[in-house]
Parts: sequence; C-alpha cells; structure tokens
Amino acid sequence: MPYNAGKFDVIVIGAGHAGIEAALASARLGCKTLCLTVSMDAVALMPCNPAVGGPGKSHLVREVDALGGQMALSADRTYIQMRILNTGKGPAVRALRCQSDKKLYQAEMLRVLQQQKNLMVKQALVEEIILKGTRVEGVLTQTGALYWAPVVILASGTYLGGRVIIGELNYSSGPSGFFPSNKLPQQMKANGIKMVRFSTGTPPRVDKNTVDFSAMTEQKGDEGELYFSYMSENLNRPNVSCWLTYTNERTHKIIKDNLHKSLLFSGEIKGVGPRYCPSIEDKVVRFADKESHQIFLEPEGLGTAEMYVQGMSTSLPEDVQLEILRSIKGLERVEIIRPGYSIEYDCLVPTQLYPTLEHKQIEGFFSAGQVNGTSGYEEAAAQGIVAGINGARKVLGEEPVTFLRSEAYIGVLIDDLVIKGTNEPYRILTSRAEYRLLLRQDNADLRLTEKGRKIGLVSDERYEKYLKRKKMIEEEMEKLKTHRVKPGDERVKMLLQKKGSAPIKNSITYAELLKRPELDYRDVLEILPKAEDVPKDVLEQVWIELKYEGYIKKQLAQVERFKKMEDKKIPDGISYRDINGLRNEAKEKLEEIRPKTLGQASRISGVSPADISVLMIYLEQKRRNEKKGGVNE
Amino acid sequence: MEFDTIAAISTPLGEGGIGIVRISGPDALSIAEKIFNPKVKKNIRELKSHTLTLGNVVCPNTGEVIDEVLLSVMLSPRSFTKEDVVEINCHGGIMPLKRTLEAVLDAGARLAQPGEFTKRAFLNGRIDLAQAEAVIDVIRAKTEEGLKVAVGNLEGSLSRKIKKYMDGITDILARIEANIDFPEEDPEAFISRDELYEMIGEIAKEIEEFLREGERGKIFREGLKVVIAGKPNVGKSSLLNALLKEKRAIVTDIPGTTRDIIEEMLNMGGIPVRIIDTAGIRKSRDKVERIGVRRSEKSIEEADLVLLVLDAVTGIEKEDEVIIEKVKDKECIVLINKTDITGKVNIPFYEKATGKECIGISAKKGIGLKEVEEKIKERVFKGEINTTRPLITRVRHEQALKKALASLNESLEACRDGLPLDIIAIDVREAWEALGEITGDKVEEEILNRIFEEFCIGK
Repeated sequence: MPYNAGKFDVIVIGAGHAGIEAALASARLGCKTLCLTVSMDAVALMPCNPAVGGPGKSHLVREVDALGGQMALSADRTYIQMRILNTGKGPAVRALRCQSDKKLYQAEMLRVLQQQKNLMVKQALVEEIILKGTRVEGVLTQTGALYWAPVVILASGTYLGGRVIIGELNYSSGPSGFFPSNKLPQQMKANGIKMVRFSTGTPPRVDKNTVDFSAMTEQKGDEGELYFSYMSENLNRPNVSCWLTYTNERTHKIIKDNLHKSLLFSGEIKGVGPRYCPSIEDKVVRFADKESHQIFLEPEGLGTAEMYVQGMSTSLPEDVQLEILRSIKGLERVEIIRPGYSIEYDCLVPTQLYPTLEHKQIEGFFSAGQVNGTSGYEEAAAQGIVAGINGARKVLGEEPVTFLRSEAYIGVLIDDLVIKGTNEPYRILTSRAEYRLLLRQDNADLRLTEKGRKIGLVSDERYEKYLKRKKMIEEEMEKLKTHRVKPGDERVKMLLQKKGSAPIKNSITYAELLKRPELDYRDVLEILPKAEDVPKDVLEQVWIELKYEGYIKKQLAQVERFKKMEDKKIPDGISYRDINGLRNEAKEKLEEIRPKTLGQASRISGVSPADISVLMIYLEQKRRNEKKGGVNE
Repeated sequence: MEFDTIAAISTPLGEGGIGIVRISGPDALSIAEKIFNPKVKKNIRELKSHTLTLGNVVCPNTGEVIDEVLLSVMLSPRSFTKEDVVEINCHGGIMPLKRTLEAVLDAGARLAQPGEFTKRAFLNGRIDLAQAEAVIDVIRAKTEEGLKVAVGNLEGSLSRKIKKYMDGITDILARIEANIDFPEEDPEAFISRDELYEMIGEIAKEIEEFLREGERGKIFREGLKVVIAGKPNVGKSSLLNALLKEKRAIVTDIPGTTRDIIEEMLNMGGIPVRIIDTAGIRKSRDKVERIGVRRSEKSIEEADLVLLVLDAVTGIEKEDEVIIEKVKDKECIVLINKTDITGKVNIPFYEKATGKECIGISAKKGIGLKEVEEKIKERVFKGEINTTRPLITRVRHEQALKKALASLNESLEACRDGLPLDIIAIDVREAWEALGEITGDKVEEEILNRIFEEFCIGK
C-alpha cells in the first residue's frame, strides 16, 4: 500500500556520478533534497574503468570543480596514480587522468553526501514518476513510499530496462549485479517520452596474484602535486603502476573461432554501442590485418586484488574470455574474478530536453547522465551539476542557467545533446569543441568560478583562492609585457645561444622574447627574474596566453562573430509548420527541437543557412507586427 | 556572421556583359578604396554620395588595371540595405566583371549569400513589412537556382575537385584528432610533425596549382567548352565564323586548311562560351595535319558539348562514321550543313543514323544559327536560369579554395615554427570549413567517422 513518505523541494533518482552532483548542487543551493539509490552500495559506483579524466573529460571535471562541484575533490582524495596526457600536443588538449581506488572513491562520496546539509540519501527503487497533467509531482517507490516534490531529476544511468549479456546468456540486470529498473521506462514510454536502446561493454576483472607482471611493460604515473581540483593540495597520493601487454595471433584466432557464441555479435541484440569503445571481438574483426592490440592492466584499488583489463571489453562467454586472456603474455595462468559483459539499457532521446536539462513536455522533470544517452563518469557529473542547479533554481523561482559552447565543455556537451542528439552513447572529445584553445583545463577556474559564485555554489574559500590566482596572473602578465631584457644580459645570451635563437640587438620585453617559436616554457623559468617566487600554474597560464596570443585572439574573434546569432532569442510557441519558405525537413526538425536561439537553430542538422535567413526574416516580421499591435502572422 | 561586408554581382548579365558589383556593409568604402583609382584625384571618402565617378578597378595584389568603371557611393542610411553601399558599374564584359568582383573579395569582402542584400534591406527596415513574404521567396528561389547549377555539368568537375581536397584534409584532421582525443590507443595513428607538414603541404600544393591554372585560364577559363568537329571541308570554320559574326579563322575550299585549333570566346545570351574549331578528322599522310587530327580528337574528349558538322551534299560518308563513333558518349548536337545547296534535309534519317539531335543549317547563309544557340543554352542549363548564377557559383568555389589555401599555408608555418598539434589543427580545420561552406557538410562528424574507419580506437 502506498504511503505518504514526505515532501521535498528536489528528488534525485540515482546516486551515480550525475545523481551525486545534482543532489549536492540542489542541497547546497538551499533546497531540501532527497536522493534515492537502488542500493547504498551503489553510491558513486564506477562500474567500468577505474579511472577519471582524459582529454575532454578532465576538462569537464575541472569545470565542474570551478562551479563548486564534487567530482574533482573526491577523485583527488582517492586516486592511486595520476598522469598528464598529451603533454607535447599543446595547451588546449593537455589532460589529467587518474587511476582511482574504486572503493575509496565510493566511501569518500558517501561521506560527503551524508554530511551535506539539506540532503537525505535513501535506498529505494523508484517505480513511477508521479505526474499531474504535464507537471511532475513526485515519485513512488517499490516499497510504496510516496515522495512529493515539484522537481524530479532522473539520473538512473544504465539501470532502466537493463539487460546483461555474457555470451549466449542474457538476463535482466543493472550494472555490476545491481537491480535494474523495469517499470520506470515502461511508464515513461507510456507518457510519450521517446526512448532509444543503447549498449556498452566492460572487460573482465582478473586476480592480480595470478598475473606475471615481469612479462609486461610497467606504466608509472607522473610525479608531483597533480590534482583535478583547484582546491586540492598536499594530499600525498600514492603512485601505483599500470601494466601493458599485447594480444597476439593466437588470441585473435580464439576470438574468431568463437564469434558465433556472442549474442551481441550475431546481431540478435540491437542496442547501439559506442564506436570509441569497441569490444575486442569488434577490433579483431574490423582490423583483421592488425597483428596485436594493446591490453592495459589497471588496479581497481589498493585493498583488492582485482585488476581491470583495459582493451578487453567483451560479451563472449566466460570460458572463452578465460581462454582469450590466457593466450596473452603474462596472463598464462590468470584467473578471472568477474567476467566481462555487455549491458543494454533504455535511455531517453536527449533532443527532448532544454539546455537546462528539463524535459520540454513535462515541467519539473529533469534528467542527467547516462540516461540521456551519454557515456562516462565525467559527462554524467557535468550534466548532474547543471540539472541540480536548474532544478534548484526552478524551485527557488530563479532564472535558469545554461552554458555557451564558447565558455565551457559543459556547454558543448549539453548543446550537442539537446540540439544535435546522438545515435551512439555520447562521449566528450576535445575535437567537438570549436573553440578548443579557449576551453583549456588550465583556465577552467578563470572561465567559470565567477559564474559558480553567482549561482551560489562557490564557497568563500574557493572564491578567494581564485581571486588571488587571477590577480597573480594579471600581475605576472603585466610584468612580462613591461619588463625588458637587455642585449647584454649574460643569462639571456647564453640561453639564446643554446637554443639556436638569434641574439637580441635592442632591449625587448620578456613577452616579445618568449614568443619566439624556439623558446619554451622551461626557458622562461631560467631567465625570468624571481621566477621561483611565482607559483608554477600562474607562470604556465601567463606563458600560454602570451605564446598563443595570436591564435587565442583568432578564436575570440570567431566567438564574437557568432555571438549575434547566439544572442538572438527565438520566442516560445512558434509554429514552424506555418512559416512559408522553410523546407519541410527544416520545419520538422525545428518543430522537434524548438531551439531557443538562432545560434542553436543553425546547428540543427537539416536546417540550412537559407532556412536560417528565412527564419530571421520571419522573426523580424513577427517583431514588427507585434510592435504595431497587429496579430496577423 | 551577420552584418560583415558583403559583395556580389547584383544585376543579371545582359548580352554586352554590363553589370554592377555591389558592396554593402561597414567596410564597403575602405574595401572600394583598395581597388578603385578615380580619374579625378580624390579620396573615395570625399566623393559625393549618390553620384557616379569614373575610374579604374585595379587588382589589389598586382596593381593591374582590370576595367574602366563608373563607381557610386551610397552612404548609410540612404541605400538599398541602409548600410554603406558602393556600386561599381563594369562594362568591359563578363571577364572584367568577374575579376572586379574577385578584386573586391580579395580586398576583404565576403561573397554574399543568395538573396542576402534583400535580406539585409528587410532586417534593416528598408523594405516594408508587407514584402516580407516576397523577401523569403527571393532567398528561397535564389538558393534553389544555385543548387540547380551546382549539380549541372558546368560545376560538376569543380565540385568533385573540392570534394577531393576536403577528403584529403579530413585525413589530416583525423590523424591529428585521433592523436589528441585517443592518446595511446592506436599506435598507428601517431603522426610526427614532419609527416603532418608533408601531408598538409601536398594538399596545399595541389590547391595552389589548381588555382594558378585557373588564372591562366585552362580549366577555370570562363565558359562552356564547345568543340566543332567534322571531316575536312565540311564547313567547321565557316560555322565558327558565322557564330562569331566575323571572319577570323581562315576559310578555303582546300581540305585541311585549319591545321591547328582555333579558339574563340563568345557570349550567348550572357553565357560565356568557348568555341573551339578543330582540324578536320581524316586519315592523312601529312605529318602536320596528323598532329592537328590528334589534337582534335583530344579536344573532343575534353569538350562539354560537341557540335558535329555533317555535309548535306555528300551525306554520311565513311569519314563521318568514324567521328560519329568518337562522339557516341558525348553531349552532342549534329548540324547538317550546306542546306543552302540541298534545300530541306531529312532530319529523322540523320537522327537515326547518328543517335543525336540534328539541325539543318547553312553556315554560309546563316540559316538555323539561332536555333543552334538556343539548343546550346538548353543543353547547358537544362532550363531557364539566371545567367549570372554559374559565374557566381564559380567565384564562390574559387574564394573557398583561396581561403582554404591561405589557412593551410598558415598551418604549414605553424608546423615550421614547431607549434603543437592543437594549434596546427586550428588552421587545418579552418581550411576544411572554408570548403565545407560550399558542400554544406559539418566538419566534426566527418572527422569522427574518418577516425573510426581508419584507426583501431578503444583502450
């Protein structure tokens, strides 16, 4: 029998990476928040790789951090290895990636959640979202609890209609053996919410004690104080190695001989998987001429012998998985602790959402994370904080907050989802950001802390730290632009000679000198007076801004050019079908997506520049008509 | 991109190739200044608004005089678009008009989109609300028209070229982005700066050569390539002369007089047509003539349209059959010449024999030539069309290629300076996007598709 279980401002369904950020943001903004999870043991679960970050992803993590989110802080406190990726490939794409201790990460997140004021985390399986007309009113759990709230944020990951596939075996399940949610997707579909079926896979986990590491290549982390969060310091984290080995001809033969045993591969299971995360069977078939593929062994934590076999995602039967693994150098005597599997799940078509992540048809209903068709912990967290902020602001009666493509990867991610949609699990990539050089991980705080402060998520401590850093950057920049190097300076002379750089004839500013292509960041440290007094991150920031000034200006000019389009609002309630001159495809797409600005409209596939011109004329016509007080359209 | 400075040929081209290049936007005056030398020594800003000034258009890069023109300045808000507008009246024909437009674009204007002047006029409140629907019609109609030409045979080869360059640039971008977004995932995707430099350099070189050829006028020379073919002494040169309405090719009764290829440009209702008279095709012992015959055969291969001339007096001979075979797969109109001697000819008979459309003519007396012109136009444009459109489409393609080349050259410089991948990628991407504006493709999806096709991604 259903019973009244209480009233809240915001209910978050799910306590994964999206749910956590949503619940924390909502509670921190002063809303009475309830977070429901299928199991208290599934809070902040990392059901796939034991890692946070990577290109694009670490950018998101830092942006969430700058806004006052949690992921970076918790990842910093629980990592067991940190690396800087893409070091030689440029400032825009440099990225952090850490190996996390999964259990520690979960424990740390649970601690933060349970200490958070205004927030209650409970174990419950939500079976129904209660609607009144087109408004959300609350949720009903499996055990009959009725929780009421004007805002419900769905962050249920891959649990909706989840089905696990291992070889010819398949059964209804959430990830890592947790319960799936089968009634909720039925109800959502019945309410006209469009859903698609995606799939993703995970590799087997093996027992560390059965691995011969001497036959593999060690991959250590980078040394030094490396953190995602601008707030983290002196955490003294360990540096545990990963290990690299390779598949071989024999491995590939075993896979090919057993392909018929994979339901996924035989096409019987239809969920669309991500192209960037193919199964080992996919790789072997599609790149048949490759003699070997890389396999990384990554520790799942300090307190467990489980190791994640990166590169071995598979849905083949357990016995075949074992045979495959044992054909690989160093894994000849390996034991599997958990088999790899594929999981199929329902997610909602994200073009049904506004950039606030509120559903267009159902007021008060938000969704975030994998349920919106993305993949990745970081993508989930980024959506989570946006849904949490906007859910709370809705309750508080404040204007929604959204992010531009030119201001954050969060903006790129959400704009892609709600404007273009996706036909595979969506992963953020730096190549998706057209203003990549502006959206660096090193300047996420400079881009977003002010915004986070206005929203109300940035603490005094964080804000002061940011202001201090900003001031130092400005001062250092000023110094480099005004202080001059004299031709007679011996240290400079020597450096230029060493670098094969032309000697200077007249005194020039440090800024001018540093723009020389043959000089790099380390050289600045050598010649700059009192460089040791300035924090490294400040110098780095100044260096990037100076060195790439021309390119940064170019991208800023592009942003400026497009700004008029981004700023031009499209009023609600336009009937695109009745606009003469739009092509039919454009009418349909515009009706479906209902963009809020001309900039958004221009990114919809199937809407041509000529359609945008027609739309502009129509909007102007409408505006003038309204000014006249006329009603003829 | 709204309200930058735009330019276009704003009048349909008449027979004489008179036309107006219109520039509109905040930089209209400063752009005009760069390319216009007034006869009176005055700065363009001192010219009175709404009056005509005589002067020369010069190429901003070389200083070469392109055309003598009349220029007028119409200052904001008293202009068609309510922006600063400069109009350049060219009267030297189609080529100078096109080059004037190019000079304006090189000086910093952007080529206007179809209907863009009208759109601005409306958005700036110059055009009455009641005409909004009409404005939309203009934008729509002009866009459709542009598309029609783009798929027509005149632009086919150009579009294919652009696609080919884009494909090459996509390869480069896929390599760069696979390296950046999927580090350590497929070691084969790794690219060194030297390799990158080489890949970019190759495409840049191809585009550069293609554009240079264009300026020399081989492939890019304005006009449809129409080749007159036929056995010796069938009246090919007479036909060319008749079409040109002046004697230029040597005409005699001795077979084999036209031993080389004679080329003339003419204007058919505003369409630039390049007519090529060829040596008659026959077996010959004369060495010089044999070379001529080989060249003729090559011209036929390259022709957009072949005018095959047959002799109404002799009927179809063996020599004719050889040529009919050669033009089998070509766009071709068969002209049965010398009807002044034979009177009316049996068209159905000739059509059956050649498998092509046939027209009876007399090159000597000028009979049937109007019909020939009409048929040519019909073949090229497959229906009614604004005749400036093909020209503009071509300018648009060239501009896109120029922009792409400039960006590629910048990326090469970045490579030389040892700048990192993400910086080099900015210019390479810009090059792609310049070409993508022509095809309407979006760069991001193309890169991703290419990455997943080429590289084994997924750790």
